[in-house]
Amino acid sequence: MEKGTLEEKKSKRRVSLTGDDAIAEAMRQINPHVVAAYPITPSTQVVESFARFVADGLVDTEFVATESEHSAMSACVGAAAGGGRVMTVTGSQGLAYMFEVLGVTSGLRLPMVMAIANRALNSPLNIHGDHSDTMAMRDMGWIHLYSENGQEAYDNTIQAFRIAENPNVRTPVLVAIDGFQTSHMVETLTVEPDNLVKRFIGEYIASYPMLDIDNPVLYGAADRPDYYMEHKRSQLVGMINAPEVIQQVGQEYGALTGRYYGLVEEYRMEDAEHAIVVMSATAGSVKDVIDQLREEGVTAGLLKVRAFRPFPAEEVAKSLSRTKSVAVLDRCGTGGAQGGPLFLEVRAALYEEKSPPQVINYIYGLGGRDLPLRHIKDVYLRLREIARTGERGKLVDFLNLRE
Amino acid sequence: MVSFKLKDIATREEPFAQGHKMCPGCGVAITVRQIMASFEEPVVIANATGCLEICSGTFPFSSWRVPWIHSAFPNAASTIAGLESMYRAKVRRGEIPKERKIKFLAFGGDGGTYDIGFQALSGAMERGHNIVYVCLDNEGYMNTGGQRSSATPSGARTTTSEVGKVLQGKQQFRKDLTRIMAAHNIPYAAQAAPSKWLDLMKKAYRAFEVNGPAFINVLCHCPTGWHTDPTRGLEFVQRAVDSCFWPLYEVESGVVRITYKPRKKIPVVEWLKDQGRFKHLLRPENEELLESIQVEVDRIWNQLLKDAGEEM
Repeated sequence: MEKGTLEEKKSKRRVSLTGDDAIAEAMRQINPHVVAAYPITPSTQVVESFARFVADGLVDTEFVATESEHSAMSACVGAAAGGGRVMTVTGSQGLAYMFEVLGVTSGLRLPMVMAIANRALNSPLNIHGDHSDTMAMRDMGWIHLYSENGQEAYDNTIQAFRIAENPNVRTPVLVAIDGFQTSHMVETLTVEPDNLVKRFIGEYIASYPMLDIDNPVLYGAADRPDYYMEHKRSQLVGMINAPEVIQQVGQEYGALTGRYYGLVEEYRMEDAEHAIVVMSATAGSVKDVIDQLREEGVTAGLLKVRAFRPFPAEEVAKSLSRTKSVAVLDRCGTGGAQGGPLFLEVRAALYEEKSPPQVINYIYGLGGRDLPLRHIKDVYLRLREIARTGERGKLVDFLNLRE
Repeated sequence: MVSFKLKDIATREEPFAQGHKMCPGCGVAITVRQIMASFEEPVVIANATGCLEICSGTFPFSSWRVPWIHSAFPNAASTIAGLESMYRAKVRRGEIPKERKIKFLAFGGDGGTYDIGFQALSGAMERGHNIVYVCLDNEGYMNTGGQRSSATPSGARTTTSEVGKVLQGKQQFRKDLTRIMAAHNIPYAAQAAPSKWLDLMKKAYRAFEVNGPAFINVLCHCPTGWHTDPTRGLEFVQRAVDSCFWPLYEVESGVVRITYKPRKKIPVVEWLKDQGRFKHLLRPENEELLESIQVEVDRIWNQLLKDAGEEM
């Protein structure tokens, strides 16, 4: 696998950036052909920073500041069908407003990348972070990558293009960060040299570019019932091929930068009896709690899900099969289901296990509700109790909720 | 300039091929043929959901010999804007030679343009993309069985503006979209009809010639939705033009020019009669309603004359 040159290693930069600016920096280096976007808190900074890059001539991008998110995603569809690199940024109501077009993008097998600063959905109006926006579109045929911090946001944005554009995948990818916790948090991270990023993403050769006018193609035909199912089945191939590509890209990226990525990340799971499964920023808090608890003799571990779609069921089952009790933390309500979306996936993944751990679900952090470390600690203590007594107790509960 | 001689038009290979599934006597099909014959350079098309889209692009068939995309109902304008942006990005990077001129054309029905696609259209016009948007206005959601849109004329019967014991068809006057588009101060906005085919073609040609967004609104007869004789569609459209219900004009750089002025303006009832959707208006008890339609048509026509600096 290719490694970064010595010169490149020297020109890495350690910089302090917000999560939004980390994504914008990646976008500058990627230099997409077209960025079509509409501002929405808490991802607005990405668009603003990128607009400055455009104004300063630091990118060759056609920046289309649309009149809505619906048009932003529609313009992305047109642009991607044209045959070039395309990106947008949104979250929350904006993502909901795009909903209709999200399925068009994946159905037409158009590679593109969408950065999301996760935010609660109305009503009540709330601009703060939770995952109800991306969870609402979890089955729209997009690949979902969740980022713990600014560094991961930066790294995921770069890798997302390689994943989306892989000829065996050709599926749009969203890169999510937690609204405010990550989008507005200033963290120190490593920015790779421009030429390394350029080399890593390579040149994109679109499969059926509409702008190749000598070879006219038709995008978006109507299907009657005699073809629709076959087309939807063939669309799924991209999703089926994605896990291998996500891992391979994560390895290649690691060889170049020293930061490796997979479908999931395990933290102190090798001998863990009690595990928390979570996505995005909260994983960082959980790691801190684990370190404390380990000193107190609690065998705590973390399974962080990076790729939520396609869901890495095998990896999850393998990682959790050795544990005795598991708590899945969902930053999204249940909507009347048997639990949060992540919980349902994790529980289903464990169904084939001979002696699966007890699994409980906590809903946390809705609308930006803070999750102090003591609550996470309490979860582990409960997990230990469940393992000791065999009594599972309440299946789905809330964390840090006034009742 | 491309030749508009009948012989040349008739012998040119048509980008919009035969075999589509539009209804017999459909005004949209005729209009699209005429528009596609008005220019020569390569074109890329975005089509909103609707009659034209369904009838020309149902898998595994296509009536298009040019690149064509359908995304959804409300977003033909933003889809073509994205394509045009990609073109500019690729020209800037030298990935497409700048001599390689490509035209960007969007088709939408009145539902996809006046109503659900209105915002996307307004946005694309304001941003100044070099695109041509053609509204194929058949005055209702005809692809789905004929529901009212904001382009449906006052008094028309549709499945969502019914005629009954209390109501006599659509209660409201139609939206004047051509003027709204002109008010975006785009380089070119025009209103046309397939019955005046040369006027239509000249407008399409001009729309592509100007630098920046252009909008053409074409009244397309719909035998199925209008409940009219499919062999007489162009005649009905021409009556709309001759009654000044559908004036033919263009607005270029703010200057309004009427491109066809009927020698003798016919009463609006001449346009309404013989159409099943207006049949009830001819009943004696609806005389007042009919009169109010005439008053409104005259008011808008007189305003147009004034704006064009012509005698009333």
